[in-house]
Amino acid sequence: MKEQGIALRLWKDRVASLVIFALALIPLIPLFLILFQLFSKGASSLSLHFLTSLPRPPGEAGGGVVNAILGSILLVAMASILAVPTGVLAGIYLSEFYDRLLPNMVRTAADLLQGTPSIVIGIMACAWVVRPLHHFSALAGSAALAIIMLPVIVRTTEEVLVLVPKEIREGALALGVPRWRMILQVVLPTGLVGVATGILLSMARVAGETAPLLFTAFGNPFLSWKPTEPIDALPLVIFNYATSPYADWWRQAWAASLVLILLVLFLNTTARLAARKMGGR
Amino acid sequence: MESAKTDKIFEILTRSLGSLVLATAMGGFITLTILSWPSIKAFGPSFLWSTRWDPVQGQFGALPFIVGTLATSFLALFISTPFSLGTSLFLAEYSPPKIGNAVAFLVELLAAIPSVIYGLWGIFFLVPLVRKMEMAFNLPPYGVGGFTASLILAIMILPYATSVIREVISLVPQELREGAYALGATRWEVMRYVVLPYARSGILAGTVLALGRALGETMAITMVIGNRNELLRSIFEPTNTMASVIANEFTEATSSVYLSSLVEIGLVLFVITLVVNILARMVTERLKMEKGE
Repeated sequence: MKEQGIALRLWKDRVASLVIFALALIPLIPLFLILFQLFSKGASSLSLHFLTSLPRPPGEAGGGVVNAILGSILLVAMASILAVPTGVLAGIYLSEFYDRLLPNMVRTAADLLQGTPSIVIGIMACAWVVRPLHHFSALAGSAALAIIMLPVIVRTTEEVLVLVPKEIREGALALGVPRWRMILQVVLPTGLVGVATGILLSMARVAGETAPLLFTAFGNPFLSWKPTEPIDALPLVIFNYATSPYADWWRQAWAASLVLILLVLFLNTTARLAARKMGGR
Repeated sequence: MESAKTDKIFEILTRSLGSLVLATAMGGFITLTILSWPSIKAFGPSFLWSTRWDPVQGQFGALPFIVGTLATSFLALFISTPFSLGTSLFLAEYSPPKIGNAVAFLVELLAAIPSVIYGLWGIFFLVPLVRKMEMAFNLPPYGVGGFTASLILAIMILPYATSVIREVISLVPQELREGAYALGATRWEVMRYVVLPYARSGILAGTVLALGRALGETMAITMVIGNRNELLRSIFEPTNTMASVIANEFTEATSSVYLSSLVEIGLVLFVITLVVNILARMVTERLKMEKGE
């Protein structure tokens, strides 16, 4: 460090503080802009009619996104059914069983999947589900979402369960409880809040995913409950409407985005509040 | 005896589901390779440096998209890093816990917003803004293009880098800071000569992680990049990234070699993000070792 006068050093310190304050506050501007515009532009078009009716062809005013709301719920629910039991049990495997090679390979695979772009996962689901069935389907869409959820659930389950004290496990085993019951009824409940947080966060993430649905769930302007049929989802509607040439659809894209962000933020903040509660305990 | 049997079944069940995770990752790689085989066979390695993307003539080269992806990702990283660094320093060195928690919550909120909503906002807010700026600078007023995509990306990757950098800065031992303060250092000197050097490799890890995010980002980019399949000459021109060209053309691919070329782009993207994530992991592993000693 060169020797400098105290006045200069203090001045430098003050400038640095100002710069750091600015750098920390500027990223919040786009956040507030996005949220403000979502609420101001979305709320004016949000109505009971919008939430409960089917889309209408362009040019015809009105119409809604009930098919996409129900589609999103169905897709996320089906993805959870596929990913939650698999992910939790695989996470249990990583934390409770001490094989030599396999666990590290599974961990690497989970990290790899977590880093894989969602559009690439869309291609995989397309190859594995759409091609054998010969058409787009809700099942293919939820398979893609499940692949995205899986690594998150596996790693959070493992991370939470390894924190459960050894004494709890030993206490249960000493009472003569078989190992599987010890894991499912003693270890898992102890870490339940953490596991649930991971599940909710992964649900919040996939609820907003668009790219993996483009060529799996595809979209469908009608109400559909069949897993083997194409289905619509809120992110797909937003993408299609936002890139369409119709002003009325742009308006609806904002309203659909407001619905989506409320859904995502609800899942996300519930998860984070749960995690904070656990951390405070 | 009965319980020993159930134990065994339970063990086998969890082990097979663990293996399923492994099988998904490996199967994904194999599937992508098999599906891109027609394209690999037809164009060979020149696929990676050919600039011609011509579905009508059946000629495919991925260079415009590789360049588009790298250019937008690195520009986004360049724009974003000062802010993630500044936010982390603010949270660790300046803010009282209450304000710090609120700011951290808001920054994490940026990560919760779905990509497609960034895209919507990009189309209706950022694109007109960039267009005005381009007119002011006498550039062709596209509005959409590589620059707009980089701006959106910079916002989207900020929370990922920030969360890693913030964590490593919080690991800097308090004694080091106090020692420097005791020697009469100003706050800035403590950050500049104690905190930042100590956290250097963690900052690198956060940046590489953010890069991995940026490379694979799809929807927001697709909506603002202009979707033009030509090699980027200026960052302000419309172009395409690997992810955005797949999103745009996958369902429209008519011939099998066209589809296969798109899958090969997916494969290249998969390998690139894999390498970047391994790099990030190596940096954090090294960090753990350094700090563990």
